[in-house]
Amino acid sequence: MNVPDDLRYAKSHEWLRADGTVGITDHAQHELTDVVFVDLPAVGKVVKAGEVVCVVESVKAASDIYAPASGKVVATNPGLTANPALVNTDPYGEGWMFKLELANPAERDALQDAAAYSAATGA
Amino acid sequence: MSDPADLKRTPLHAEHVRLGGKMIGFGGWDMPVQYTGIMDEHRAVRTALGVFDISHMGQFFAKGTGAAAWLNGVLTNNVNKLAPGHGQYTLMLNERGGVIDDLIIYRIADAEWLLVVNAAKIGEDFAWLSPRVPAGVTLENRSDEFFGLAVQGPRAAEWFGKFTGGKTVPVRNGVAQIEVGGVPLIVCRTGYTGEDGVELFGPGSNAVAVLNAVLAAGGEFGIKPCGLGARDTLRMEMCYPLNGNDLSPERTPIEAGLGFFVDLEKGDFTGRAVLAEQKAAGVKQRLAAFKMIGATPPPRSHYGVWKDGAQIGETCSGGLSPTLGCGIGLAYLPVEFAKPGTAIEIDIRGRRFPAQVEKKPLHRGGTAG
Repeated sequence: MNVPDDLRYAKSHEWLRADGTVGITDHAQHELTDVVFVDLPAVGKVVKAGEVVCVVESVKAASDIYAPASGKVVATNPGLTANPALVNTDPYGEGWMFKLELANPAERDALQDAAAYSAATGA
Repeated sequence: MSDPADLKRTPLHAEHVRLGGKMIGFGGWDMPVQYTGIMDEHRAVRTALGVFDISHMGQFFAKGTGAAAWLNGVLTNNVNKLAPGHGQYTLMLNERGGVIDDLIIYRIADAEWLLVVNAAKIGEDFAWLSPRVPAGVTLENRSDEFFGLAVQGPRAAEWFGKFTGGKTVPVRNGVAQIEVGGVPLIVCRTGYTGEDGVELFGPGSNAVAVLNAVLAAGGEFGIKPCGLGARDTLRMEMCYPLNGNDLSPERTPIEAGLGFFVDLEKGDFTGRAVLAEQKAAGVKQRLAAFKMIGATPPPRSHYGVWKDGAQIGETCSGGLSPTLGCGIGLAYLPVEFAKPGTAIEIDIRGRRFPAQVEKKPLHRGGTAG
């Protein structure tokens, strides 16, 4: 399982890049499989860490995506509208979901690093 | 979610894990929801071949010269239409005409019948039937003895020849007892996918060997092990009801659109009076199939169905159709809105998305014939 070193990870399987970009992990996309729709948040939405930001739909079920840190949604990935399967094929790249303007960058440091996340998921 | 420790396991459980199956709780059983992916497995069944573990389903055997008359009194379809070696879809109702279970009954000999019932309903069905068995008829629940495999897809007939070394496959809805590799199998030409195929039942101790023989014979036909996820999307495209979702003790087969499997002329049966009245007076609601329009999240169970600013019903099944590439579902709707072509809306997380009532089945051109 791919767990890049430059990202931080929430227990609910979202990753957060230093610039505020958020997506779901390789482990999460593997568990969901066949992502068929991403119900992206509205730009401007303000969220607290741990709150539901949007929903990702696989063939089987709808799954909530939680904010790994508090902030304001400043961008969403337009590529997912046409091709939601990017979440499966490139979860850390083209499959990113939204970008947060972080309210408190210290929250990022409190998330798991790659080693801790790998250990937690048995990856 | 159930604790996996409380879930029952089929004789194929270890094989599912070995084959990469992702296990989930379903109807009290720990079953594979998928192996490589639902889309992939769904496509395999529509275009080639797939194999499903259906060992969790129940097998009851009824015997005796009075069995036919008794079965006609507790089931909706007419078993007297069946010659030995044939089967039919039928329903078991309560006194209010509501559905306890839907099942397939096979006449395996002149006075011997096999009932294949839903996994989650084995106990309830047997408890309902047992006290109603008359003198001279025996009913046995042998569900724990059997494994079951459904092999489904357009290549099924070719596969069967290879698997059995050239034995003849039963006719559509037919049943035969065939020995394959020394294992006695009950072979039924039935399924839940809309494609050609068979359902095999045999002694649980032979399950692993038979599964591996099925896979080995299917290699050249592109066979894939398939999970409950694909089983659900395949049956939804065909609008085959799932008991617990689309059928319930509060809904009759007439409301569910299953009148074809109800014989009101054969004599009395449990629930008949309610069904006869509904057939004469008409029903208020009917199970309708619908398709989402445009790019929307897939519908799921228990989403609101709206029309002209008012809620008119609730979805009972829903999901993405891999074949059609859009969301599909089933919902009980007032009859005036259950007509194909009716524009409706589905409430998905507080937003209403456009959909349209469609003719059943939603997928046409399957090889089940």
